[in-house]
Amino acid sequence: MVMSRKFYGLLVAKLGTLFLLLCSSPVMAAAEGAVAAGAQGHAWWFWPLVLLIVTFVMGILAVLGGVGGGVLFVPIISGFFPFHLDFVRGTGLLVALSGALAAGPGLLKMNLASLRLAIPVALIASACAIIGAMIGLALPTHIVQIALGATILGICVLMLTAKKSEFPDVQEADRLSSALRIYGVYQEKSTGKVVDWKIHRTPLGLCLFILIGVMAGMFGLGAGWANVPVLNLLMGAPLKISVATSKFLLSITDTSAAWIYINNGCVIPMMVVPSLVGIMLGSFVGVRLLAITKPAIIRWIVIGMLGFAGTKALLKGLGI
Amino acid sequence: MADKPGTGLEAGPEQILYASILEKGMYLGLLILLVTFAVYALGIMKPYIPLDQISQYWSMNVHEYLEHAHIKTGWSWVGMINYGDFINFVGVAVLAGVTVICYLAIVPILLKNDDKVYAVLAFLEVVVLALAASGLLKVGH
Repeated sequence: MVMSRKFYGLLVAKLGTLFLLLCSSPVMAAAEGAVAAGAQGHAWWFWPLVLLIVTFVMGILAVLGGVGGGVLFVPIISGFFPFHLDFVRGTGLLVALSGALAAGPGLLKMNLASLRLAIPVALIASACAIIGAMIGLALPTHIVQIALGATILGICVLMLTAKKSEFPDVQEADRLSSALRIYGVYQEKSTGKVVDWKIHRTPLGLCLFILIGVMAGMFGLGAGWANVPVLNLLMGAPLKISVATSKFLLSITDTSAAWIYINNGCVIPMMVVPSLVGIMLGSFVGVRLLAITKPAIIRWIVIGMLGFAGTKALLKGLGI
Repeated sequence: MADKPGTGLEAGPEQILYASILEKGMYLGLLILLVTFAVYALGIMKPYIPLDQISQYWSMNVHEYLEHAHIKTGWSWVGMINYGDFINFVGVAVLAGVTVICYLAIVPILLKNDDKVYAVLAFLEVVVLALAASGLLKVGH
């Protein structure tokens, strides 16, 4: 058993390292060379197959690193594959949407995702995601690429510095959340403790979801990286409720942005389906590996990958 | 009498209904997507853009792609689902459309529970998603 744990732990660490090395190695350099040359030398199935393999690894690392698939997908695929950023963002949104759709029903049924908390937040975020998607598609590609790179590097800083609070101390619910009756009860399975929760600073939290919605739509990233800190640290929802509600929230926010990309032609099935299948299969494997690996190591690998992909996006946008 | 929302350990009826529809829609969408992709990749249906030419298009920006491939935006794909590539949009549309149905389904429960504010919020969400899906919001580079 111990051997098996060690084996799987090592396997995941190696997968991550391999991924990092791939991103920075002559293999990726050669791939970039092929991209620069127009990618004409390959059979039609070459890039979809590579996409399937890379998104499979990405799916594993996303689960273990505690991030959504979209946030890894957009910077890495736009940085190292021959696909234009417009299609990568459209696909990224569908990847994030599918992950949220797969997780949402279970989280709602377990009462970990709160529909009452999600409905007002989702209305603001989804309306703003439409605006973000339209801005993102209207701006020149290099500007979006620079902004994407800067955002990804910002997410790295957020992941390195943001603290999490399992049960934030909310002395008193604010008037808006009381009027909307946003509160709840859940049972912490690990301890059997029944947790009553309520939230505060709701108006400020809702205002921040304007920004989160715009960024989710503009970059096709999903927005779990921003939802969780706002719900947990600012509004005071318990960590499990925040994570679950954030995941469910993406199924609504990404739906509105995804429609803008779909209706403007940014969906190529040959990119979408291998990505969805790869990420979902990787996520299944990732969930099984979660119990036997050290998340801290994987988290560092994910931050490293994001830092690298963010820098690459920034340099690409600047034409360097 | 129903519990006040948020006071029980169990999810409320509107949340359970929402989850149930979401789950069915997600499975249906994924199933359609996988089947239609197999039809496309195995060449069972002729694609609009031949598979050996697809790599010429995905590196263009979307504006150039639409122009070169003579593809219209919005819901024009519905008229092209006799092609192997465009039939895949059916699964994508189901995945992107199921949330609207979830919201529509919970409005009557919210109204029955005299939860008028949330019924209005849910209805507004339907309007937002319908606007996004309508194809009326067009963008150009």
